[in-house]
Amino acid sequence: MKGNEAIAHAAIRCGCDGYFGYPITPQSEILETLAAEKPWETTGMVVLQAESEVASINMIYGGGGSGKRVMTSSSSPGVALMQEGLAYMAGAEIPGLIVNVQRGGPGLGTIQPSQGDYFQATRGGGNGDYYLIVLAPASVQEMADFVDLSFELAFKYRIPVMMLSDGVIGQVMEKVVLPPFKPRRTEEQIMAECPWASTGRKGMRPINVITSLELQPEAMEQHNLHLQEKYRTIRENEVRYEETMTEDAEYLIVAFGSAARIAQKAISDLRSQGVRIGLLRPITLWPFPTKRIQELSQQVKGILTFEINAGQMVEDVRLAVEGRTPVTQYGKMGGIVPTPDEVCQALRNDFDIK
Amino acid sequence: MENIIAPENLVYQKPTLLNDVDMHYCPGCSHGVVHKLIAEVIEEMGITEKAIGISPVGCAVFAYKYIDIDWQEAAHGRAPAIASAIKRLWPDRLVFTYQGDGDLACIGTAETIHALNRGENIAIIFINNAIYGMTGGQMAPTTLMGMKTATCPYGRQADLHGYPLKITELAAQLEGTCYVTRQSVHSVAAIRKAKRAIRQAFENSVNRRGSSLVEIVSTCSSGWKKTPVEANKWMEEHMFDYYHVGDLKDTSKEAQ
Repeated sequence: MKGNEAIAHAAIRCGCDGYFGYPITPQSEILETLAAEKPWETTGMVVLQAESEVASINMIYGGGGSGKRVMTSSSSPGVALMQEGLAYMAGAEIPGLIVNVQRGGPGLGTIQPSQGDYFQATRGGGNGDYYLIVLAPASVQEMADFVDLSFELAFKYRIPVMMLSDGVIGQVMEKVVLPPFKPRRTEEQIMAECPWASTGRKGMRPINVITSLELQPEAMEQHNLHLQEKYRTIRENEVRYEETMTEDAEYLIVAFGSAARIAQKAISDLRSQGVRIGLLRPITLWPFPTKRIQELSQQVKGILTFEINAGQMVEDVRLAVEGRTPVTQYGKMGGIVPTPDEVCQALRNDFDIK
Repeated sequence: MENIIAPENLVYQKPTLLNDVDMHYCPGCSHGVVHKLIAEVIEEMGITEKAIGISPVGCAVFAYKYIDIDWQEAAHGRAPAIASAIKRLWPDRLVFTYQGDGDLACIGTAETIHALNRGENIAIIFINNAIYGMTGGQMAPTTLMGMKTATCPYGRQADLHGYPLKITELAAQLEGTCYVTRQSVHSVAAIRKAKRAIRQAFENSVNRRGSSLVEIVSTCSSGWKKTPVEANKWMEEHMFDYYHVGDLKDTSKEAQ
């Protein structure tokens, strides 16, 4: 099935309580699949087509703030509209899942694939000092697997989690093993897991207020320090990446998502031509695998960052490498997806490999 | 006197859900009265453990400090979207929003209209004082023609600023609404009627009869630059002419 369809099926199976979204290409199959599956008749999952992405993200705010496992999905221009809500969720520490099936930009851009929202996803596209956990699926299987993983991380840390996919992974059809069925949590389980949620003050417990507002600067500073402490913990514990043929590598490609799939083919071609090359695929874009890239930078003669944009993740790679080895970037924009041959050629040109 | 002060002679008291803290509202402001009514109604309905309020951006941003129930603080204008999701996910709860005219009828117009049009089982309490109070008295979508504010200092003019929006009349046209009413809290009689309206709206939410909108035509003595007494008089003389008080729609009885 398509990556977008896999997300919808995985959501139903992993005990998701609600989906709220607005149609936009190339991810509308997520809402379409959910509407066709009618999970409200089986698991009781709510599915609602909202009036806008602005409304969608605020529905996630409300649902997550009341302890429910809720999600939305959109594509680049729609995710841009959600940034206000994401900042509020980060500030109020609300768990939730946001899927971005990226398309080319800026502005209305194109409906073709891109990875141009890396900065927006990893830097916090809204106001204030915050991060999202950002997962980058590179296959239909990961589109399915990362739904439950996202919810687990979101509730563990009370943080919005973004799956940063793109039009290739959303639209491509691959075999997939759907996750086992997991029931939605009961009211008692939700209250036990989320004692902070605004669910109505059962048993006349002290009230719960979901807010990001605090007018006393000292209190607001404390809240920010608490958030930064949480981000430090996440950096220590949740970095995920995958390595291919890095043990003896003289050169390294760093690529995520669909670009990593293309790079996979490029490194196997280059290996067969005698080039000792490896691939590092960040699975979490935030937290970024800084430490591992730092280690590999002491081993290799050069690093090519390959991403389907003008060069965004390359900044994080350079921050990790700190000048120890040359770092270059190759990518295309506007919805054009480079071929493995082009990636091989870029590497040969950049590092003068015959 | 000593004999009179006894529990059995008590005829009125502050609702227990109204917290014993200083309110930040200005003297003469309607918010305090409406807060009290909401606290009374929730208490009288016995649904404190099921109540979830959504506070706005505006003067009522700290509503959660005053009424002792669970709250979520919304981004400016987005309360109806938040309430929609919570009510769908927690169908047996009382879910209501508390919003001003800038929040509900300007920046949040889309969320307001669509939540009401979907027939979400929520209650919206809408404070209309025809001005932006918290930011210091700027023009609102509901500012009357000719009315002076910080951003229309020579008075609201149609060619420059357009017309005051009767969003409650608009809401009454929507299939999803079951109860749409306009009330005020400037006299004891009006307060009693407003309380009945809030109660009906909250019962509609709990019993899932559709969307309810209760507009409260309100005073903003600071924003209007009047004394509390003058503000009440000005509201009666000017606001009620344009914003007629009374029920606009009530199908909630039929839906029972």
